[in-house]
Amino acid sequence: MARSNTLSKAKPAGPHGVSGPAAASASDLDRLIHERMRLGIVSALAVNESLTFNDLKKLLNTTDGNISVHARKLEDAQYIACSKSFEGRVPKTEYRLTAAGRRALERYLNHMEALIRATREG
Amino acid sequence: MGSVRPISVIREEPPALHARAMDNLRYIRETMEGASAFTAVPGWGGVVMGMTAVLTAALAARETDHGIWLATWIAEAMLSFCIAAWAVHRKGQGAVMSPLSKPARKFGLSFSPPMIAGVLLTAAFYRAGLTTLLPGAWLLLYGAAVTNAGAFSVRIVPAMGLCFMACGACALFSPAAWGNAYMAAGFGGLHILFGFVIARRHGG
Repeated sequence: MARSNTLSKAKPAGPHGVSGPAAASASDLDRLIHERMRLGIVSALAVNESLTFNDLKKLLNTTDGNISVHARKLEDAQYIACSKSFEGRVPKTEYRLTAAGRRALERYLNHMEALIRATREG
Repeated sequence: MGSVRPISVIREEPPALHARAMDNLRYIRETMEGASAFTAVPGWGGVVMGMTAVLTAALAARETDHGIWLATWIAEAMLSFCIAAWAVHRKGQGAVMSPLSKPARKFGLSFSPPMIAGVLLTAAFYRAGLTTLLPGAWLLLYGAAVTNAGAFSVRIVPAMGLCFMACGACALFSPAAWGNAYMAAGFGGLHILFGFVIARRHGG
């Protein structure tokens, strides 16, 4: 499912004066994670076993709706897993990073590093 | 009729790809640091500190001279500091997060002010001949430091701080002769108890 979210329009030269491996690498970027809010959610979950909806909202300083929409997209891609429970009478939504999500983040980090390296070497 | 001119669109040059990549990496690092708790609080180090505190309390209880009593506890404080520094370093080596990471720095900055206050009050109380108040003040201030810094760590750390503060509050309003017992219970017992729990739950 995650593969369907990667950019597929490979271009011979980058749009911002970057060509060669850097441009190719840019075209392979996982657009699902590339979005700032989703990148934040995945990064925060990478260093925590789990985080609640409210933890993420506070951490990323955003609104309920924003977190909800982006978390749903990550959930659909099976990058994160969501569990709902009750703490007393209060509903509690908890998110965890899945193995696929962790791999996606690692791939994304590698892409970013490759982009920087390619630009420096070029 | 006036001539129609198209609105000129000022196109800003988009940031270079590598600059965006670096910005993204920075964002990932900052988010990870913000989302992390400082977990290099040493559990086993706390247990060792607790044991040395119990021994020191036994030694200090025999002293009648206030100067030697104070010197004994200062030596214990210095020994505990060395044990804690070594244990944090050792635990940090196996952890994902560096002891110099943002949460670790926040932890250190929050821990320091009550400890500095403790050093100054120790000197002032000793000069004023109020050494019997020191156990309560030390426990209270150490508890305040741990509670403060615990905001950037796992939940058990501020809980430990509150227990130290409660112990200190009791010591302040108890007979002076109980001072060493409170020190043994606080710096000894609480360190051993919470150190053991932290070690079991948070990896050493």
